[in-house]
Amino acid sequence: MRRFILIAVPYLWLVALFLIPFVIVLKISLSDVALARPPYFPQLDLSAGWEGLTSFFSALDFENFWFLTTDDLYWKAYLSSLQIALTSTVMTLLVGYPIAYAMARAAPEWRPTLLMLVILPFWTSFLIRVYAWMGILSNEGLLNQFLLWLGVINEPLTILNTNIAVYIGIVYTYLPFMILPIYSALERMDDSLLEAAEDLGCSRLSAFWLVTVPLSKNGIIAGCFLVFIPTIGEFVIPSLLGGSGTLMIGKVLWEEFFSNRDWPVASAVAVILLLILVIPIILFQRNEQKQREAEG
Amino acid sequence: MKTHLLTMTAGAALLASLAHAEEVRVYNWSDYIDEDLLTKFEEETGIDLIYDVFDSNELLETKMLAGGSGYDVVVPSGTFLQRQIAAGAFQKLDMSKLPNHGNLWDKIKERTAEYDPGGEYSINYMWGTTGIGYNVGKVTEILGEDAPVNSWDLVFDPANMEKLAECGVHFLDAPAEMIPAALNYIGEDPDSHDPEVIAKAEEVFAPIRPYIQKFHSSEYVNALANGDICVAVGWSGDVFLAQFRASEAENGQEIDYSIPNEGAQMWFDQMAIPVDAPNPDAAHKFINFILDAQNAAAATNYVWYASGNKAAQEFIDQEILDYPAVYPDEETLAKLFTTTPYDPRVQRTVTRLWTKIKSGT
Repeated sequence: MRRFILIAVPYLWLVALFLIPFVIVLKISLSDVALARPPYFPQLDLSAGWEGLTSFFSALDFENFWFLTTDDLYWKAYLSSLQIALTSTVMTLLVGYPIAYAMARAAPEWRPTLLMLVILPFWTSFLIRVYAWMGILSNEGLLNQFLLWLGVINEPLTILNTNIAVYIGIVYTYLPFMILPIYSALERMDDSLLEAAEDLGCSRLSAFWLVTVPLSKNGIIAGCFLVFIPTIGEFVIPSLLGGSGTLMIGKVLWEEFFSNRDWPVASAVAVILLLILVIPIILFQRNEQKQREAEG
Repeated sequence: MKTHLLTMTAGAALLASLAHAEEVRVYNWSDYIDEDLLTKFEEETGIDLIYDVFDSNELLETKMLAGGSGYDVVVPSGTFLQRQIAAGAFQKLDMSKLPNHGNLWDKIKERTAEYDPGGEYSINYMWGTTGIGYNVGKVTEILGEDAPVNSWDLVFDPANMEKLAECGVHFLDAPAEMIPAALNYIGEDPDSHDPEVIAKAEEVFAPIRPYIQKFHSSEYVNALANGDICVAVGWSGDVFLAQFRASEAENGQEIDYSIPNEGAQMWFDQMAIPVDAPNPDAAHKFINFILDAQNAAAATNYVWYASGNKAAQEFIDQEILDYPAVYPDEETLAKLFTTTPYDPRVQRTVTRLWTKIKSGT
């Protein structure tokens, strides 16, 4: 009985905060747009009983999903979001791994301070930090003024409102999510394994590739998921730092929802985004499980 | 739910004081009021005023269509108001609670009747135009003394834009205003709802697109004031705000606004009460407070948008009344145009076209 309650709590959580909202979004994605409050049709009328229920379900269709295939905007935006998310995940990993590695190799009395420094930016609102980047990257901003003063450049570089600014913003924002899981994996590593590797004739570099990296694999995977998943639907960073040419599905969704007032199509875009995210994760986990079974 | 939390955390005394204070929640455009007026309202009426701001009609409209926004007074622009009235988002005003409504300017009332026939649902807050804000020094430096600042040529002629690109040009991210401006420029009906005519706007934007740094509806105020950009297609009063901020910062940037000779869009921001407003009584009190001649004048003196309030003109700075970019003369007024709401099908065409113009896809 106790075990049942223990399992039920996370499941209830999942049903209340994921499944129910998803079903609502799915339902809207099958409706039609209408000039009403809320702006879609049909509305579920429970007071009409069975008849209300049947007429409600008969009015639902997949027209909006079909519509998404008629315009190349949508798949281009999905692809571009995937590409931006993948690139920034790789960049975050390249920046985050050395930091996590250095932290795990630092003297034990320093580690809590270093950990604190990684978490410290969260004490300021995310929005303010992104705005601060606008001040740094703009044409008359700190970075350009500094580079002009150094004499490295003669003309201010245009960084703000380009994809480069978006990458900078994403890597900066999500870096702690990459560092923390990798750090916790590296910190647990037994140093004697490295000694053993060297005793057996491994160079330091190959010991790093053959021992350290595989042992931190779980941290890397967790970090990559924590960066990749929120980045693909990111709206704030591209709209503040990106230019008008930055095509991301979050912005397309915003347009559907706010400019077109087409909640059904916006919901269809969101449902597909979720499928794009969920299917690879499920496949990945299944693959992991198979491997574990094969090893075990 | 919130009340329960408060009981637990803040204690009964605080709760009692909160429960008695009457509240009114107002949702207005950003940088659109003299904040002294907010304190004045609270002092005069004893009602707590919660004042939030937005920078796009689309955002407000979504809140109105979703319902349960919790706001008592909101300020949509004409075409958006008209559509939201049709969707049943607003309640009729009780004129007996608005004794100051006689202060309204009949000329403006005539024009807003297009969106709200009979003025049953809304009261004009302010009105303005969508024109060109520019940095006088930088534009003259680049295009010379005879830069066409009084013409849409400044931003729609690729030859000018190519040169201006180096100092930065922003456009409003508002298709319902930018597409009519482009159509007007090529001599088409700016209020056209014909998808084939609307599509012609793309030909205007395509050659200048590479030179537009950003489409955004509020950033240009600070960007103009700081000298980060030199030209912005924007709303009259917002450009004046940039002008004011630049002169206050004493940074040497001189900002000015022009209503181009070819004509520009005229728009009206209307105060209205959502159908599910928690406190419609207090909402009427707030609207009546703004309708007061001196209060309306104070708002205009601060933000430099023209008031829809005739009686207020007595208290508005002469400098503003004489400034044709704020209060256009008869000749300019004749050239200003208004637009009507698109139906959902045309709206989709417009949004899609706008995305194509902005992102190239």
